[in-house]
Amino acid sequence: MKKTVCIIWLVLILALMYVPILILAVYSFTEATTVGGSLGGFSFENYFNLFANEELRGMIFGTLALALGSALIATILGTLGAVGAHYSKKIRKTLVDSANQIPVVNADVVTGFSICVLLIIMLGVSKDSFVPLVIGHTVLSAPFVYLSIKPKLKQLDNSLYEAALDLGASPAKALFKVVLPQLIPGILSGFMLAVTLSLDDYFITTYTKPSTFDTISTYVVNATKGSQTSVKTALWALSTLIFVIVVIVVACMNLMSRKNNAKEAKADERA
Amino acid sequence: MKLRFNRSQLCIPYALFLILFVIAPLIVIIYYAFTNGQGQFTFENFINFFSSTNTIGTLIYSLFLAAVTTVVCLIIAYPTAYILARSGFKKQHVLLMLFILPMWINFTLRITALKEVLALIEGNIARYTFLNSVIGMVYDFLPFMILPLYTCFLKLDKNLMEAASDLGANRFMVFLRVTLPLSVPGIISGITMVLLPSMTNYVVLDMLYNSTYIMGSLIGSYFSAYDWNNGSMISLVLLVIIFIITLVTNRFTDKEENSGRAVL
Repeated sequence: MKKTVCIIWLVLILALMYVPILILAVYSFTEATTVGGSLGGFSFENYFNLFANEELRGMIFGTLALALGSALIATILGTLGAVGAHYSKKIRKTLVDSANQIPVVNADVVTGFSICVLLIIMLGVSKDSFVPLVIGHTVLSAPFVYLSIKPKLKQLDNSLYEAALDLGASPAKALFKVVLPQLIPGILSGFMLAVTLSLDDYFITTYTKPSTFDTISTYVVNATKGSQTSVKTALWALSTLIFVIVVIVVACMNLMSRKNNAKEAKADERA
Repeated sequence: MKLRFNRSQLCIPYALFLILFVIAPLIVIIYYAFTNGQGQFTFENFINFFSSTNTIGTLIYSLFLAAVTTVVCLIIAYPTAYILARSGFKKQHVLLMLFILPMWINFTLRITALKEVLALIEGNIARYTFLNSVIGMVYDFLPFMILPLYTCFLKLDKNLMEAASDLGANRFMVFLRVTLPLSVPGIISGITMVLLPSMTNYVVLDMLYNSTYIMGSLIGSYFSAYDWNNGSMISLVLLVIIFIITLVTNRFTDKEENSGRAVL
């Protein structure tokens, strides 16, 4: 009985979370132009429009390029920072840790606005150069890369590094051949996180982007104000597409991490 | 002479990056907040903010909206996280994933979906602006409340609850005196994940046709009006609020878990 109540509760909450997305998904495959209206016939037109419309296509690829580019920079900076801070003196480490925490707790509106005021207004960097935008997105995501690598560094076995030195490797070589490979899971999940943060961002983008460039977020917000029906329904298709991709990626990562866990468990048993 | 390589030097690029693009912008914000358009020192922006009933009203409205959002999130997320963590379902991990997966879908697209459904139910959604804003915020931030609570419940030592009931506490008392106090760190980090964004995420309100301003919208409107000085003052006020929240919540949570947003 008690278990039934629990299950009903969970199903109810899941329904609240997923019903809007699923309704939109159903409507995205039809000719309907408003949700709740008659479904009309089955159609792929929205999906076709999504990639046929040059503006939409440019916006999607622009968003992806920005996310991957800024995530790459953030991953390099964050990894170097985390490794460097890990081996620094306590005071310096604390300083970097606290500065790193600022964008994490700060509101994105404030982060975006402050970068805009410094770079665009005070230093006169042109918005159209994309520099403020890329820097903004890097500020947003690098701290999370740093945070996802930090725990991996703590688990590191320092004697491996020392063994490499004893066997004649230079410190730099030992770092790249011994320490870095052990950090790869942390670096990868940091990179993924950086990509998703950049994809989801609205505020930093609005305050730093060139006026002719749009990411998914800024585009959707503008599109809801105007009412071009074909764009509106094409965005339903986009939402469905993203939902499917997210489900696949999350499922894959889950399977991978389960495999890794199984391997580790086996290794533990042997040891 | 060969430069000696030291591992701590790897930190230099990131430290410079933080100084230039995290700390410097904040200093610039403080400078702009206390100067006028001609660059002269002034308290005008400060007085503008605290003497105008509009801005103070906005501050109160955002605090209220954020508080209601946080409470609703907590009411929904607390039992959900508890059931997920402690009911011993077989595929517990997969189940949790279902609850936090929406976090990775672009929030503007999710709000679009929500808007369509609300329009379907309510007819004219412009009539219930406050209600819709709360629904929108909860819809957006619920996963961020569930996750820290779940991690917290997962770590709870079952023996403590059993000991309490062995010692004669009924189930309600066990919850009140053992489970609830032990889940306080989870509650607190959940609150920090939801409270601040729901004070500033004005896009949710915009998309749901709520034209009332929250703190974020003020920055947005000063940005559109090229008023960097007053915009900086609002940013500064928000920074102070954030600083206070962080100060209070740091007393309750372990440092290691502050990165709730960073779970993948």
